[in-house]
Amino acid sequence: MNLSIDASFMEQSITDFLNNKFPGKVLGDYTYRGQFSLYVTADALYEIALALKEEAALSFDFLVDICSVDHLGKAWESEGRYEIVYTLLSLEHTYRFMLRVKIADHTVAPQSLCDIWHSANWLEREVWDMMGIEFKKHPNLTKIVTDDDLEGHPLRKDFGLVYEEPQFSHNHDEVLITPDNPNH
Amino acid sequence: MTLNMGPQHPSTHGVLRLVLELDGETVVSCKPILGYLHTGIEKEMETKLYYKSLPMTDRMDYMSPMSNNLGFCLAVEKLLGIEEEIPARAKWVRVLMAEMTRINSHLVWLGTHALDLGAMSMFFYTFRDRELILDMYEMLSGQRMMATYFRIGGLMLDVPKGFDKAVRKFIKYQPGRIDEFEDLLNNNRIWQMRTMGVAKISAEDAINCGLTGPSLRGSGVKYDVRKAFPYSDYDKFDFQVPIGKSGDVYSRYLVRMFEMRESLKIAEQAIDGLPEGSHIAHVPGVVLPPREDMLGKMESLIYHFKIITDGFKVPRGSVYVPVESGKGEMGFFIDSDGTNIPNRVRVRPPSFVNLSALAKLVKGRLLADVVAAIGSIDIVLGEVDR
Amino acid sequence: MGLEEKIPDGIALTTLDAMVNWARKRSVWPLGFGLACCAIEMMSTIASRFDMARFGMEVMRSSPRQADLMIVAGRVSNKMVPVLRRLYDQMPNPKWVISMGACASCGGIFNNYAIKQGVDRVVPVDIYVPGCPPRPEQLIDGILMLYKKIEKESVKRPLITQPNAQTQDERPGEVSGQPHRNPSGELNK
Repeated sequence: MNLSIDASFMEQSITDFLNNKFPGKVLGDYTYRGQFSLYVTADALYEIALALKEEAALSFDFLVDICSVDHLGKAWESEGRYEIVYTLLSLEHTYRFMLRVKIADHTVAPQSLCDIWHSANWLEREVWDMMGIEFKKHPNLTKIVTDDDLEGHPLRKDFGLVYEEPQFSHNHDEVLITPDNPNH
Repeated sequence: MTLNMGPQHPSTHGVLRLVLELDGETVVSCKPILGYLHTGIEKEMETKLYYKSLPMTDRMDYMSPMSNNLGFCLAVEKLLGIEEEIPARAKWVRVLMAEMTRINSHLVWLGTHALDLGAMSMFFYTFRDRELILDMYEMLSGQRMMATYFRIGGLMLDVPKGFDKAVRKFIKYQPGRIDEFEDLLNNNRIWQMRTMGVAKISAEDAINCGLTGPSLRGSGVKYDVRKAFPYSDYDKFDFQVPIGKSGDVYSRYLVRMFEMRESLKIAEQAIDGLPEGSHIAHVPGVVLPPREDMLGKMESLIYHFKIITDGFKVPRGSVYVPVESGKGEMGFFIDSDGTNIPNRVRVRPPSFVNLSALAKLVKGRLLADVVAAIGSIDIVLGEVDR
Repeated sequence: MGLEEKIPDGIALTTLDAMVNWARKRSVWPLGFGLACCAIEMMSTIASRFDMARFGMEVMRSSPRQADLMIVAGRVSNKMVPVLRRLYDQMPNPKWVISMGACASCGGIFNNYAIKQGVDRVVPVDIYVPGCPPRPEQLIDGILMLYKKIEKESVKRPLITQPNAQTQDERPGEVSGQPHRNPSGELNK
């Protein structure tokens, strides 16, 4: 399969299609190691995803993954603390690319894609659970993997790893684990 | 009636918990509750050097550890831009072991799935054959299950003496066993009644639910990462991708049985055409130098020390690299901020996404079919919860 | 000499302890409590090559009420802790626990917000089996060690004293002490 020709053709047609249909909503593109992604605005994401799915010439019918990145404390944090990455796949064209959204705060998240793809439901719930991004109009944004008692969203950079120091003979008194005092 | 199933239940393949609303014996709604095996692997990887995260990938999908290793290694290699440097020998051994891992995964699936549906002897047959694959793991790495044999840049060690003999013996032995399994099950009336027409899903629904792997192909969608986006020299191998017709439990079973045969074919090609050469790439500063060099050369010793203590820096950027594991599309999304520790490692879990379709599969079916449906989408909870 | 000569053939003498322990150790029924990777090795132990039936243990009970031995195979997450404790409380006395694998024994390679650093903080453990995951031979060795331990127990004074059964309403895992960690990641002093 000659991927290089297909890929550049697809990149061009996606960019053209979105620029024509949603002017001003595509903020830029990003290609790294041959993988193409587009930055779009959060408010238009739902419409863009729907259009990409329904446009017959592109037919991105498969939502592979939704993933979030926290850029807290990085030099580029001012561009938006959280980044949400939607990986889309077109089975017909065997082409995969990523839609990326950068948001400054977890409350200004894009609209949920549950209506478009069934798989988005759990993936978005997981993003909310782990990173605390509140997708709009999600039917059931509740905890999915973490413990019910856990407060906070573990994958945020300001949530520590909660490393528990192992007890050895050299630090026996400092890290004392007894049945009465199981923590310390 | 509300029925709680799990988390400690023999047929949920781990610690899955289902809350089932029943009307008589018919399932009205099914609500899976996850997280009983949540390990925080993604968070833990953000605190470790790249090569130190590798052993954790084994422990996600513990039925197919080598496929996970492969995905992680490929993703880091892509981030570093050293895919071209990987020697052909390493790639072919990776393919060989990834296919063996697929057979391993499918054998465990077949044994446990058949056990759930009442065919207990299958469990003993498949675990007998699986031991042969674990013996190969042990030959390569010294560990039975969690081999962590792949390294960023190649393999831990070259394959040992006698390894090809073990592989060839297995390739010769296994097809007869698969025939035997099919003889036992295909025309078995109980098996047919428990699987045929159960938990059906159409191709459109399967795509919409994001199913991958044999669960998607059982519905007749021909999507396999090995063919669609070939990695690690998969385009040089001749194999077929089976697809099912009806999208029920039985067709997913047939797809997996066929896949085992195809995997054996790939393994045979890989062992026959195994190229000579180094087992690990020569990329100073990223890949550990060979032991002989390290003992004799100053630079190698310094590099070794540097890599072990400080890791290696990865340029800023993010990539998504999928591999076809036994369960489906296992993807690794790694975001690097330019330091020696990843900013974010995201695993695209095939079982997690497949499991989200379970409620759709069992709605309106009998309670006993829930067990068949869980078995047929082949979930492993270590990877669902991570 | 003595009383033994007067005993007719076909009668053997023993202590009650020895006889009860002999009976107990030869029919330990494990609770199939597979959590993670180690569960697969536990299944291998039952399956063809290693065949745990040789030790009178071929039945893996799925219900805790019919089991005497809990093999905790795999990492125990904080969400699993109450479930684990409840299953343990439901098992009838006498009962034993084998902690299989590094994760169950001490947290293994995972040390973070989600994983309990050792199942011994929830239930009393009799035998620790190291390894990640342990080989089936190691598990069998652990089971044989447990047999030796059972032999030393007495009917009158069990080695492990069980606390009074807790009511079903409280979540037993929390009673035994779930550590409270603050979200910033520092350990509470």
